Amino acid sequence: MNIIVCIKQVPDAKDVRLDPKTNTLAREGVAAIMNPFDRHALEEAVRLKEQLGGTVTALSMGPPQAKEVLLEAISCGADEGVLVSDRAFAGADTWATSYTLAKAVQVLGAFDLILCGKQAIDGDTAQVGPGLAAQLKLPYVTCVQKTREASAAMLRVERMMDDGYDVVQLPLPALLTVVKDINEPRVPSLKGKMKAKKAEIRVLSAADIKAEPQCIGLAGSPTKVARVFSPEPRSNRRMFSGTAAEQVSQLVEEIRGYL
Amino acid sequence: MLALKCPRLCAQENTVDYFLTEEQRMIKETARQLAEEKIIPKRAELDERDEFAAELLRDIAKADLFAVLVPEAYGGMGTGAFDIVLALEELARGCVGVATSFAACGLGILPILISGSEELKHKYLPSVAEGKHWAAFGLTESNAGSDAAGIRTTAVDGGDCWILNGTKQWITNGGEAKIYSVIALTNPEKGIRGASMFVVEDGDPGFSYGKKENKMGIRASSTRELIMKDCRIPKDRLIGRKGTGFITVMKTLDVSRPGIASLGVGLAQAALDEAARYAKQRVQFGKPIISFQAVQHMLADMAIQTDAARGLVYGAARHIDAHPADASKVSSMCKVFATDTAMKVTTDAVQVMGGYGYMKEYPVEKMMRDAKILQIYEGTNQIQRNVIGQELNREYA
Ligand SMILES: Cc1cc2nc3c(=O)[nH]c(=O)nc-3n(C[C@H](O)[C@H](O)[C@H](O)COP(=O)(O)OP(=O)(O)OC[C@H]3O[C@@H](n4cnc5c(N)ncnc54)[C@H](O)[C@@H]3O)c2cc1C
Ligand SMILES: Cc1cc2nc3c(=O)[nH]c(=O)nc-3n(C[C@H](O)[C@H](O)[C@H](O)COP(=O)(O)OP(=O)(O)OC[C@H]3O[C@@H](n4cnc5c(N)ncnc54)[C@H](O)[C@@H]3O)c2cc1C
Repeated sequence: MNIIVCIKQVPDAKDVRLDPKTNTLAREGVAAIMNPFDRHALEEAVRLKEQLGGTVTALSMGPPQAKEVLLEAISCGADEGVLVSDRAFAGADTWATSYTLAKAVQVLGAFDLILCGKQAIDGDTAQVGPGLAAQLKLPYVTCVQKTREASAAMLRVERMMDDGYDVVQLPLPALLTVVKDINEPRVPSLKGKMKAKKAEIRVLSAADIKAEPQCIGLAGSPTKVARVFSPEPRSNRRMFSGTAAEQVSQLVEEIRGYL
Repeated sequence: MLALKCPRLCAQENTVDYFLTEEQRMIKETARQLAEEKIIPKRAELDERDEFAAELLRDIAKADLFAVLVPEAYGGMGTGAFDIVLALEELARGCVGVATSFAACGLGILPILISGSEELKHKYLPSVAEGKHWAAFGLTESNAGSDAAGIRTTAVDGGDCWILNGTKQWITNGGEAKIYSVIALTNPEKGIRGASMFVVEDGDPGFSYGKKENKMGIRASSTRELIMKDCRIPKDRLIGRKGTGFITVMKTLDVSRPGIASLGVGLAQAALDEAARYAKQRVQFGKPIISFQAVQHMLADMAIQTDAARGLVYGAARHIDAHPADASKVSSMCKVFATDTAMKVTTDAVQVMGGYGYMKEYPVEKMMRDAKILQIYEGTNQIQRNVIGQELNREYA
């Protein structure tokens, strides 16, 4: 099974700040890490490869330093890393990102499965996975918490729901986005690190993937960020105290007041 | 190069530069990331439940650290004692119980590495390098602790097999390992000079396990009896020549002791990290307790001793990797110093943290319990001092 894992390099959540003037994330001087959900997508891909054979390709769109997460992916079991990088991609929203990744996937050739994280911890939209599937006209399942069955032709997976889970079967090729419950990612191995040390990351430009200039970067992004702000903390909060039983009866009283 | 992804511990990384190679740094980083991401979140529960850390050993295997125990010629990527010391130190920073189980795999295959035939090496070492099979080392018996010469287990030539009888006590990885290197008397009249080493495999006829011990510390490791009742093993399981078992054991322990010493270094570092972090945030008399000189001096001594121990252990491991004619004294010195340091530093960490340090909500209580075994196994620190003293007596003859 040949698998492509989409990996985004994100600022470490511990020190994210907003630039008050531009309303964008201030990324300078902030440690960059592999999007945590994508570590789980990668782990699932490597497990499927160990089970069924095939290859795992890590794909990222980002600036040149995003090579780091692709090398990390190789040290965790990916066979190769591909970076889609071009100044023309700057300012991409989820639509332009999905379009760009789709064009890159088409350049990479035949595949059976694309795995994405459920969401990126910076953009947080959870749109790129489904967007990419739509661009490529692939069946997809989001929020996958478990792979129940995998073969060369189909997957049977569990989709996490608020009140349980759905079991979904889909034909390949397909796309999944995964939640953290799906597995516990391994740490980079010694042999993987040795391999990453020697690895060359393939870099694809806008021209390489034959992207339409009006579909990428700021020009290709219908989303316009009007304003980013922290909501005012709500002030009318009350904490109950006492034993659990006392707190419950206070809560019941409180709710009665509204009925 | 790949950046180290564990800032919590790295903030404390302001110590002597040992000029590690890139590969050595990779080993250290890998072991540290395992400790941070896999071991630390599980250590309290494993300790509480007295549960063998099988899953964590599999995580260690996936990260290729078992390969460090085995030379390249036999499927590993190890270059000697120093690399192993680096891995063990970082694993012990997470949990000495888990690190002990890993260390015992290294100990278990050393007799094969040191004295075994090429056939035995090719047969057993690759699966250990992969982390697929675990190993153990069986020397101690109920009447033979410090005095290894007291062993009673026998091995009799049964024509097409060896027949082993006897019981080994307190064997780390007992019941969990696949490969056991065991010493037994092949010529009982000669005592320990008539002993030989064998490989016993899990599942061999007549081979079983006794009860699992309930221990003070390192509870994530398994300590069990090995019971051999007319245990028949193929002839080619003899390690080295007949009658050389005791020499193999002594050489094995000379090489392995820096490993135990490094567990002490990692543990002391972990206790210092916890205590210093706590002392900065705990306020009494209106100030963080780290501002009191009495507390500062304790922390200073803990840091001095930990760094001194690390220097001695690294030096000893590098000395061993230079293959000296005799490494006993240096190997014993680093074991004594680093493990006494671990006991002292973990005890002081509890003191710095006061009543909170004594509670199971904080990790230093477990660290103090875990430290004690380091002064006992692989030769008590009294026995190590005997070795050092006797060596001095010879040197100054
Ligand atoms: C309201 C809004 C505000 C924004 N603000 C900013 C901003 O301040 N600064 C800024 O730089 N951008 C901003 N963006 C840009 C942009 O939308 C996202 O960073 C980018 O499109 C990815 O979307 P996401 O981060 O939500 O990813 P998600 O859709 O949450 O990611 C899901 C999965 O898709 C894959 N994926 C996502 N991005 C990539 C990638 N680049 N390469 C490979 N795989 C990927 C990963 O597998 C990931 O787990 C904003 C977008 C919106 C809608
Ligand atoms: C958790 C655990 C794991 C172990 N794992 C293994 C293993 O994997 N394989 C294995 O073979 N063994 C193992 N052992 C055994 C361990 O190596 C022995 O416990 C150790 O060598 C000491 O032997 P003893 O406990 O019988 O103590 P004893 O020899 O009875 O010693 C008792 C006390 O007397 C002192 N003493 C004894 N003789 C002298 C002397 N001549 N001079 C000064 N002081 C002396 C000792 O230092 C000690 O303080 C393990 C033990 C434990 C507790």
